[in-house]
Amino acid sequence: MDNALAANHTHEAGETHEHVFVPQHRHHFETEQQQREAGTFGMWLFLLTEIMFFGGMFFAYLLYRNWYNPAFVAASNQLSIPLGAFNTAVLIGSGFFMALAVWAAEVRKKSLLVLFLAITTLLGFTFLGVKYVEYHEKWEKHHIPGEHFDVSEFVNPKAFGLKETPLAPDMAAKTQVFFSLYFAMTGMHALHMIIGIVLLFWLMYRSQRGDFSSGYVAPIENFGLYWHFVDIVWIFLFPLLYLINRHP
Amino acid sequence: MSEHHDPSNVTNPEHAEHHIVGPKTYIIIFATLLTFTGLTVAAAFVNLGIFNPIVALLIASIKAVIVMLFFMHVYYQSKLVKMTVVAGFFTFLILITMTLTDYISRAWGMW
Repeated sequence: MDNALAANHTHEAGETHEHVFVPQHRHHFETEQQQREAGTFGMWLFLLTEIMFFGGMFFAYLLYRNWYNPAFVAASNQLSIPLGAFNTAVLIGSGFFMALAVWAAEVRKKSLLVLFLAITTLLGFTFLGVKYVEYHEKWEKHHIPGEHFDVSEFVNPKAFGLKETPLAPDMAAKTQVFFSLYFAMTGMHALHMIIGIVLLFWLMYRSQRGDFSSGYVAPIENFGLYWHFVDIVWIFLFPLLYLINRHP
Repeated sequence: MSEHHDPSNVTNPEHAEHHIVGPKTYIIIFATLLTFTGLTVAAAFVNLGIFNPIVALLIASIKAVIVMLFFMHVYYQSKLVKMTVVAGFFTFLILITMTLTDYISRAWGMW
């Protein structure tokens, strides 16, 4: 009750009825519960637009994978499964700590809340660090689509110690379609993570100030929804980009 | 945990108590998600023919549903929020199905 002001009003009938005022409760909402539900509803509507946004790229992937399957198989096998699986675990872990942060806010444990948000941030940075290593390798191998793209590993895999089936030069050029989608999808995902990390710093600052440890949980909870959504996108990206063509 | 269910803790007194999901549930969910991640990597190295992508997407979908139900608290939310989530995915499925139907039938019988 530390941030609530309770007042007793005596009604005409003589009965006592308790009114509770919480600072975060806006007057245009009937109850705090209604306000919170409206917030959750709005957040989900935003996430649905995000589903459509990423969905477009997933659909492009589906069609091009169908068209240029051999190129997609060869290009997908260039990605490192250990790094991808490690990053999946890192993101799931970061989602786990974000969920714990929501719990810490609900039970009003300020230091735990800040700690869990900090771990979430740290794991976010770990993910981006691994992504940097992966992007850098593509840069060094000239696997960035464009003028300097190098098809030699796909045309003549034996010379590079790869067991792939050699591709005809026109099909090998289509590996650029895979890498374009790879950079577009993981790039947009990484951008969402960077935005998330910026928001996490803001939330950590406000949590430290004590904003979210006296019953006001909505910003933490709604940010949690966003962070988990970004997790879900990666949960689909990992098998589609790294795993689908892997079997020997 | 009922001590946290006082009126200022986001729940209005005249409404049903707000559900707080505890660390125990989250640990179970965390372990489940890691298990499924291991499973999907293992399944990728088994040659299942056309079922490889299907199995991979199936496992990813199960993981996504688990994340939404528990990490994102949809399981504990009102019917309005549940309907919103389902409607969003349903709309997305319609978009994919309609586009694919068009894509597949453009050159019908010409392959």
